Amino acid sequence: MKKYDAIIIGAGHNGLTNAAYLAKAGLDVLVVEKNDYIGGAAVSRELEPGWIYSNCSYVCSMMRQSIHRDLDLARHGLLLVPYLATVNFGDNGETLVGYHEEEAAHLELKRHSPNDADAMHRFQADLARYSQLIRKTLLRTPPDPASYRPRDIMELLFLAKQFWKLGEREIYEYIRFFTMSAAEFLEDYFENELIKGAMASPGVIGTALGVYSPGSAYILLHHVMGDVDGNIGAWGLARGGMGAISQALASALREHGGAIRTNVGVEQLLVRDGQAKGVVLESGEELHADIVVSNLDAKRTFTQIVDRDDLPPGIYEKARNFKIRGSSGKVNIALSGTPKFNGVPDNRYVSHCAQGFAGSLETMERAYDCWKRGRWSDDPFIESIIPSDWDPTVAPPGKHWMSNFIQYCPATLADGPWTPEKREQFGKTVIDKIERYSPGFKDLIVHMEVRTPHEIENEVGLTEGNIFQGELTIDQLLFNRPFPGYSQYRMPIKNLYMCGSSTHPGGGVSSACGANAAREILMDLKRKNTVPVDDFYDE
Amino acid sequence: MNNANHADPYAGERLLTSHFHPRQSAFNLRDSWGAWNGYKFANHYYDAVHEYFCIRNTCGTYDICPMQKYHITGTDAERMLNRLVTRDVTRLKVNRVTYAVWCTDDGRVVDDGTIFRFSDTHFQLTSGSPCKDWLQMSAFGYSDVTITDKTHDIAALSLQGPTSCSVLKQLGLDGIETVKPFEIRQYPFHGRTLTVSRTGFTGDLGYELWIEPDLAVTMWDALYDAGSDYGIHPYGEEATNMARLEAGFIMPGMEFNESLKTVHYRHDHSPFELNLDWLVDFRKPHFNGRNALLREQKSGPPYRLCKLDIDGNRPATGAYIYADRRCRKQAGYVTSAMWSPTCKANIALAMIRTDYLDRPLWAEIYYEKELRQYQKVVQSTIREKPFWMPDRTRATPPPDF
Repeated sequence: MKKYDAIIIGAGHNGLTNAAYLAKAGLDVLVVEKNDYIGGAAVSRELEPGWIYSNCSYVCSMMRQSIHRDLDLARHGLLLVPYLATVNFGDNGETLVGYHEEEAAHLELKRHSPNDADAMHRFQADLARYSQLIRKTLLRTPPDPASYRPRDIMELLFLAKQFWKLGEREIYEYIRFFTMSAAEFLEDYFENELIKGAMASPGVIGTALGVYSPGSAYILLHHVMGDVDGNIGAWGLARGGMGAISQALASALREHGGAIRTNVGVEQLLVRDGQAKGVVLESGEELHADIVVSNLDAKRTFTQIVDRDDLPPGIYEKARNFKIRGSSGKVNIALSGTPKFNGVPDNRYVSHCAQGFAGSLETMERAYDCWKRGRWSDDPFIESIIPSDWDPTVAPPGKHWMSNFIQYCPATLADGPWTPEKREQFGKTVIDKIERYSPGFKDLIVHMEVRTPHEIENEVGLTEGNIFQGELTIDQLLFNRPFPGYSQYRMPIKNLYMCGSSTHPGGGVSSACGANAAREILMDLKRKNTVPVDDFYDE
Repeated sequence: MNNANHADPYAGERLLTSHFHPRQSAFNLRDSWGAWNGYKFANHYYDAVHEYFCIRNTCGTYDICPMQKYHITGTDAERMLNRLVTRDVTRLKVNRVTYAVWCTDDGRVVDDGTIFRFSDTHFQLTSGSPCKDWLQMSAFGYSDVTITDKTHDIAALSLQGPTSCSVLKQLGLDGIETVKPFEIRQYPFHGRTLTVSRTGFTGDLGYELWIEPDLAVTMWDALYDAGSDYGIHPYGEEATNMARLEAGFIMPGMEFNESLKTVHYRHDHSPFELNLDWLVDFRKPHFNGRNALLREQKSGPPYRLCKLDIDGNRPATGAYIYADRRCRKQAGYVTSAMWSPTCKANIALAMIRTDYLDRPLWAEIYYEKELRQYQKVVQSTIREKPFWMPDRTRATPPPDF
């Protein structure tokens, strides 16, 4: 019977990245995917003929440029196009345009608050300084602070050096920053409610925290530290939808001799003599490999496909208690025309862009209150974008689709399980809100895909529909991710590795987790490393 | 100052405006104008990178009114052109375009451009800089050849990008998808003729549109109506320069110094140095520079223009290239450099001494970070193929974006 060098469970973007780098090193790899399509949460699907949704993730800024370059993803069909602006809507219909261009952005802020317009420079410099440090860790394996191995000590020294480089005052500020809430952090800079609301929204996206919850300041940073071609904070769209990223990675993987099998869900990890030996598929078929890499989240890996008896004491409990809470939904809408928004001038730089329905800090916090009570928000925060305004390939000419990310939406409802009726109600809440800012919006709807955490968990495989494969709070970051002592991609069963967003550096379509895991695996196999070092614009 | 009674005292200082200026100026939100051959010319309209992505993602228009256009007619036109350029013009069929360079007797490049053949006796030569005087001299001895500068009498607009064919289809140009690269086709437009050629300077799918000036704005409006659902947007010099560098195309004043304007000995270039061997056809009869180029073909050019893929992401603008990491042996210099947003690579064109071509190369890059200067030396690799040349550029019919 055929034995692979490595089997990767899950054809999400990190699984494909991991497999591509192992294949590049000459390993015989197979990626197994439960769905009949690849990509996990980086997918493009045509549910309504002519319209191609990015069904889950919808924009990109974390993708490691050095991986994009190294795997030659451009030749494999990937083009990341930055978009220019976001219009933020206030509670009373007022608008704040986040212009891409510096002068325009400053003038717009000044219209709302001259003080805040100036404070924005200070805010952005501080964020850039903080993100500089984190960015340097993305394509590196976190050190184990309890180990005395030279490698870990060197890596700790590297981190310490970066930290000291901030300067005395900033070291205090940085530590404070990590435990702060987004709202408190913003109070240090801004006075205008709409500006604060708009700036706070990245602090809660994808997490079950509110804008006043400690730790949300870091989430904010996690969302703004990415870049497009060195423009930190900029976001891009993948031409053809987010699935184009997965397709390019798969194409690179195949070029290096790797294989992908779809429609094969993994039932169980095969363990013999305390070592991972392969996987048992849902069909009963056994596949054998020297190494198994799980791209599933930590909870799913250790509570669903690994036999509890194969685990050392305590790991099952850690996995069960792993913080991976569903907090968001996704509504993809095919439109027969261009929606018009109140108070937004009809120019290509502004009306053809992204929309943020954040309102104010208070509205955001009230939206979170609903989640705590096991309901979706009555007045949710919505982050939207109309990719078809930028990408000619995702909707018929003159027609559009709108991606809506909705916060908050719980994985389990207080009044019993999710039903199709409740899902429909949730979708209605979303389009009712958009209609308030865009009269006539509903008349444009051709098709809708409504995804609550229930669908995201069952269709994509993310536990509770958590987009990060586990909360990005400091207790689950860096050397604590996924669990203390297991941050270096090697798992408690020999020859079992993890490569998904449950590992460092966490969520986002970055390919970093998959690449980092590949580097560790190749090191264990004493193979030549194929994973590039990161290149920094802020070197 | 500008009232009817007083003439503009600065009239002499002002630039000419293009036939498309009424529309283009409305887009130029940052009033970022440069100049090209005496015409006001957009550096960028709002955001150069956005305009660049229109070329790679949707489509954009680029004003080529300031580009020089000479109509060369008469029974001797073909012979005259064939003597002028290094390529064989007799092989150019009617309604086809070819790219060409023309040289001095010493085989140094005067300029590059395109030759359009409208009939047996009617050609159009385009060039970046004016060259009427050189053409006139080249026509000496031919009895039936007339050279007319049509630069201001033709409104020309380049439409480039993956959706460009769809936009022209939408404009009503039937069968546009069957037009092959370097083919010319004429369409009726408002009772006159709209000439379309499948040509461009971006390495992407694209066309150039040629019309009488009084219909320029009408054509612009029709084109922008047709393109409204296809992401049409004007792009300026900065975006053009990015796209052409990814395609590996040369730019006068960057990759080569026009020979007739060159003061210092050998600071101009031969076609071989510019890696344009494929443009030099020794099988045809005598042409300007033939003997000198034959000699150079035998001896080999001292320099070669190369495509470099450079480590890191700091553009190697103005960098020296060395054959050793310690930067002792100078191997050449960078002519154009950029970070390529499409290829995600640090790319450059560079003149490299031919005796160093097979050695490892290093670029010494200077860059600035918050007013402080930094320097680094990074490895550079020569690439043979253009950094970016998608299949759609050559495919007929082109794919739906």
